[in-house]
Amino acid sequence: MMEKTAESSRLKTITLKVNHKEYTVDVEPRMLLSDVLRDVLRLTGTHVGCEHGVCGACTIMMDERPVRSCLVFGVQADQAEIVTVEGLESENGELHPLQKGFWEKHGLQCGFCTPGMLMTACHLLEHNPDPSREEIREAISGNLCRCTGYQGIVDAVEYAAKEMRERAE
Amino acid sequence: MSIGASLKRLEDYNLLTGRGQYVGDLQFPDQCEAVIIRSPHAHAIIRSIDVEEARRFDGVLLILTASDLPGDLRPIPMRLSPDPILEKALQYPLAKDRVRYVGDPVAVIVAKDRYMAEDAADFIKIEYDVLPPVTDAVQSLQPDAPLLHPDAGTNEVYLIYSKKGDVAERLKTCEHVLKEELYVQRHSGIPMETRGLLALCDEDERLTVYGAAKVVHFNHQLMARLLNKNKEDIRLVETDCGGGFGPRGEFYPEDYLIPFAAMRLKRPVRWIEDRLEHFKATNHSREQTHQVTVGFDGDGRIYALRDEIFFDQGGYIRTHGTTVPSLTQAMLPGPYDFSDIEIVTHLALTNKTPVGTYRGPGRFEGTFVRERVIDMVAAHLKLDPTVVRERNYIRPEQMPYTNGLSALGQIVEFDSGNYAETLDWARKFMGWDSFPEKQARARQEGRFIGLGFASFVEKSGFGPWEFAEVEMRPDGRVICKTGLTEVGQGITTTLAQICSDQLGIPYDRISVVHGDTDLVEKGNGSFATRGAVVGGSAAWHAAGLLKEKLLEVAAGELAVPVDMLALKDGSVVYSEAGQVVMLLDDLLPICLERGISLCEEYTFHIDHMTYPYGCHAAEVELDPDTGALHILNYYIAYDIGRAINPMLVEGQLVGGMAQGLGGAIYEELKYDEIGQLVSGSFMDYLIPTSMEVPEVQTEILENYPSPLNPLGVKGAGEGGTVAVAPAIANAIVNALQEYAIPITSLPLRPERIREALKQMKPER
Repeated sequence: MMEKTAESSRLKTITLKVNHKEYTVDVEPRMLLSDVLRDVLRLTGTHVGCEHGVCGACTIMMDERPVRSCLVFGVQADQAEIVTVEGLESENGELHPLQKGFWEKHGLQCGFCTPGMLMTACHLLEHNPDPSREEIREAISGNLCRCTGYQGIVDAVEYAAKEMRERAE
Repeated sequence: MSIGASLKRLEDYNLLTGRGQYVGDLQFPDQCEAVIIRSPHAHAIIRSIDVEEARRFDGVLLILTASDLPGDLRPIPMRLSPDPILEKALQYPLAKDRVRYVGDPVAVIVAKDRYMAEDAADFIKIEYDVLPPVTDAVQSLQPDAPLLHPDAGTNEVYLIYSKKGDVAERLKTCEHVLKEELYVQRHSGIPMETRGLLALCDEDERLTVYGAAKVVHFNHQLMARLLNKNKEDIRLVETDCGGGFGPRGEFYPEDYLIPFAAMRLKRPVRWIEDRLEHFKATNHSREQTHQVTVGFDGDGRIYALRDEIFFDQGGYIRTHGTTVPSLTQAMLPGPYDFSDIEIVTHLALTNKTPVGTYRGPGRFEGTFVRERVIDMVAAHLKLDPTVVRERNYIRPEQMPYTNGLSALGQIVEFDSGNYAETLDWARKFMGWDSFPEKQARARQEGRFIGLGFASFVEKSGFGPWEFAEVEMRPDGRVICKTGLTEVGQGITTTLAQICSDQLGIPYDRISVVHGDTDLVEKGNGSFATRGAVVGGSAAWHAAGLLKEKLLEVAAGELAVPVDMLALKDGSVVYSEAGQVVMLLDDLLPICLERGISLCEEYTFHIDHMTYPYGCHAAEVELDPDTGALHILNYYIAYDIGRAINPMLVEGQLVGGMAQGLGGAIYEELKYDEIGQLVSGSFMDYLIPTSMEVPEVQTEILENYPSPLNPLGVKGAGEGGTVAVAPAIANAIVNALQEYAIPITSLPLRPERIREALKQMKPER
């Protein structure tokens, strides 16, 4: 997207592994990871809601930790392993239990905060397979939702936790 | 039957897998990006704008100021409740010689990407002569207040006056008279996705604009008018939309500027508002001061209601005209029968962001005022506040009932309902009868708990009409085109269920098409909880016409009377026995062969709005040391006539409650004395998180279907929001009965409760 003029000297080459696929791209050092994912790699499932790290819509998994991609520069993610909402489905196209849970329990309305919610909840369930409603609420408290009142989201995460436990047994 | 079933949403698969297409997700070759330069001052004269240095910046493609726009460009007109008096205070897409709020658009800069546009924006030099600002609606009406629009000659650009009976006379005869001032703070919808647009212009000057929402067809016409183009040469396309709630989708300055820039550049121009910009640029709402007088007898029967309302409009009149203040006024008496009413609303200009609607416009404010006043009357008389409510309700036998006031060009006429019933549900669920003992026990343990109620009447189904077209394709798939739009409320699923019910096929075989002016002939859009009522009824009728046509063909084929047949489970059946007589799969080829068009359209007209109603109840616990509020129980009973999809209705109620809670306790668009917005980021504008929003219990009632539409629906979008603040405020007062705490303004911040508790001594 950049012209090979004076700009090219500012570009840095980075390699990212996103959803098990490797990408090598040239980016300006100041470009946010959220913009790299969305505008350069065209993975637009990750949303940007505030660009100051409060709303959580841009949450992704970076090296197995939930991270706000609007607070990370692309160059900081060089060599990182990243999972975005596009990577939640299994390879045969089966939805992740959390995706199913959100669908079953009306855990979304406009759907804009949903990818960030899913990534945050994913991290919760990896570390706590049987969370209480209070623990779920606490875990998602850094992700703002303006539509659902959170109740459906808590129901959805509970549903997914149960399904994942049953699957593991 | 699909209607009444809690079916999963058709919208969700794409949104859950990252396949949604929000406006910011689109990318076209040669796409460039716009940044709007906004005024840093609340009130100033623009002395000069120098763009030369910025223009030479790497990657900059276009810079626009007011002088680059056509000389005959008109300001953005009102969409609702227009009035010639207000036209002198309308907003132009770019400020010409004067700015009137922090955030007023002054210039546009387009560059190859947003980073470059922001870099260059810093080099645009604008000189301002700063003027004194006014940031308070009451002060703006003082004779020495700075005048915002010299042409208008006054900051009081509008006055709304309503009268029923004779309040002055009536007050003389009332045993008790209470006067109180109440205040609702400025806050707004704050959707998670900020606004955005992407405009493309072909070589042949045809314009396509993505990112439209809410009122696509209206904005289509307006865009054509302002850009001086034929409607046919513009296409507006709705994308997925990250929350509407009232502010999004109105025609804003950017809705002119971005297409205009695309036409000038002949390349795709994108503009995505950033969050800090959103707080300054997108409609605010709600800020009102009420000076109320009520007259009542010793039994709590209220006879006279007088209210003088000061409405803070901000710097310009935007597309809603006087909608919000006129709805406040007309809906202020709510579910009660007051014999004498006199209300005056002053619409005052201030140097703040202009306002428009936000979920429950006018009712959030009026319901807070009225339901607090009811509890104040009860406290004054030492009566049970729920009994005071009961004594004043409009009774079912008085329906249809008009309160003598009007809004949006219609007299308020409540169509049907039993207001006491929802209060009864709430009292029973919350254990009101035994609450005093519970409260006393808690107090012995040093805990302050309280229970508060708030009744409300909502309005929905704003007309005058909505359009639908339903077509069955030869493969049996159905396309339902609607003039409604999807803002996250699930209109796609709702309409699919309605069509499914008529046509006897699964709802997931129905594709709902909306928000594309090339594909959908006409429409009024989604606002004012009109979707299911007006658009749903249109789809119901259009699908019904299609059903009749299919059955006629089948009846001819089978040589049986048409009234013996029905559609069910993808087949034509005998309506009595339900026995399958013909598969739809066999009927469709016959229709195709005979050249029978299986496409029907219907425009549903409605003269009067319909009025759902209900009751909120909150049980709270207060920490007397910190003022912190904890919601122990929250309940909403809501009679909406009929629920198409109860799961979605509950979603609207619970989600609506969370927004109401934000307005009640947390959210405030606060300005300092020089007109700077000091709560313009998520660091200081507090949206309730999962830790603040409690579990909400709902009771969806269908006892009084609307007689005004074939579905009987009354609309579910706003009832979750409007009564949260008074329910919680009344609960706080109930928890602190022996302290005379004046809970008269929002938000109900803990520090205010704590301060009040420190200053007040128990009355006893």
